[in-house]
Amino acid sequence: MAAVTGEPTPPALLVERLAYAYPDGHQALYGVDLRVEPGERVAVLGPNGAGKTTLVLHLNGVLTGGTGRIEVAGLPVVKSNLREIRRRVGIVFQDPDDQLFMPTVAQDVAFGPANFGLSGDALTKRVHEALDAVGMAGHLDRSPPHLSGGQRRRVALATVLACDPEILVLDEPSSNLEPVARRELAEVLLELGRTTLMVTHDLPYALQLCPRSVLIDDGVVVADGPTRDLLADTALLAAHRLELPYGFRLD
Amino acid sequence: MSSGHHLLYRPGDSVVHRLPAQVKIVCALLGVLCVVATPRTEFLAFAGYLVLLAVIWAIAAVPFGHIARRAVIEVPFVVIALVMPFLGGGDRITVLGMSLSEQGTLAGWNILAKGTLGVLVSLTLAATTTPGELVVGLQRLRAPAVITTIATLMLRYLEVIAAEARRMRTARVSRGHDPRFLWQVGATARGIGTLFVRSYERGERVHLAMVSRGWTGRMPDYGAPATLRTWLTGLTPVLVTGAVLAAAVWLP
Repeated sequence: MAAVTGEPTPPALLVERLAYAYPDGHQALYGVDLRVEPGERVAVLGPNGAGKTTLVLHLNGVLTGGTGRIEVAGLPVVKSNLREIRRRVGIVFQDPDDQLFMPTVAQDVAFGPANFGLSGDALTKRVHEALDAVGMAGHLDRSPPHLSGGQRRRVALATVLACDPEILVLDEPSSNLEPVARRELAEVLLELGRTTLMVTHDLPYALQLCPRSVLIDDGVVVADGPTRDLLADTALLAAHRLELPYGFRLD
Repeated sequence: MSSGHHLLYRPGDSVVHRLPAQVKIVCALLGVLCVVATPRTEFLAFAGYLVLLAVIWAIAAVPFGHIARRAVIEVPFVVIALVMPFLGGGDRITVLGMSLSEQGTLAGWNILAKGTLGVLVSLTLAATTTPGELVVGLQRLRAPAVITTIATLMLRYLEVIAAEARRMRTARVSRGHDPRFLWQVGATARGIGTLFVRSYERGERVHLAMVSRGWTGRMPDYGAPATLRTWLTGLTPVLVTGAVLAAAVWLP
């Protein structure tokens, strides 16, 4: 849209001076700035309690009431835009059992697009495309609890892809996955080629999937740069309770 | 729903199985209303209803044993019905040397006949319709969204919560817990409390995931409207039931 009027394309995600304190007074974010361009894959790294999840829940307006500004593809996250914002920001939560709440895979994948107004053949087509993209096309009528961990994670991704989001937000995508499932998920994510924000502790996974990383600690962005450079800075990692797994080398 | 082990559902591909759930729900409800409205002394009418159910089981290929085993749930009511002839007042009649109350016998028969038919109708509906289809049917019948949403989520999470309870039990047993003695039951009770808190927290996370995908209080409708023809086909048993009732009431 912006291109038609001659303006530069807005960033896929813009977060400016975002600060937030929970109702109990705990200040989780102290002014986060983040800009993600369309097509970028960015890892959000940081120790437990750094404010990563709080940031994620602000992106689609589930948490509000903080100060600062968030825009998704040029659209500010404010109450009157919430419906469109939630379509544009696709969050894949950490536990697929929380994400997959419908009786069958097909119904679960259809849940989002149906809420956003799709129906009939268009809805069916969208469901098939999304499941196809994650390699789960043959499991339409399966019950989510009967899938393997890796399959569940990929279906959870499909439920969000079906909404055709501007930006994918993944919360710890590799947690609890066996090595093969972890690699398969990485292949799917690389194949998708979508703008992605990936919150993770899994530093090798960040290196594999995201050219750029942002390090958050104590509610502020403490480093932002190429993932390889960040991970090579042992002192920086150590200062923020992060470290590469035993035996892992960056060369 | 959960493929594999169905408690009440008997998989099949008959006309009865394929009917949209909303048609079957309406049919079952109206059928039961007809049964309840039948005067208790119209014995032939009750026999007619039973024959009709038998025809439906035959069409749906549901063996009688499947229905009979599950109908055992009715036993407590049968006991009450059997006691009534002995406890009722009014005129006495003598059957096999026992003195029975005529009013009590009729009242007992009334409970037995109508209760049994009601249970059989419900079991027939449950044997030919999956729990998931039932929820979709209720949704198509404009049942309150809160109820259908809760039912959908309950169906989905029953297994998850049961699995969680099993894991917690394994963890307790692995550390030497063996709740055979009264003073060890405490840990089981605390386990149930923990399970409740965990389920509650999961509920909050699921709600978050639903809201994130645009949920505004109503589940998407996965059913399809039934055509007039389907409705007529599906309601045939009710029409027959109604005809039997009318005949019983008006024919001398």
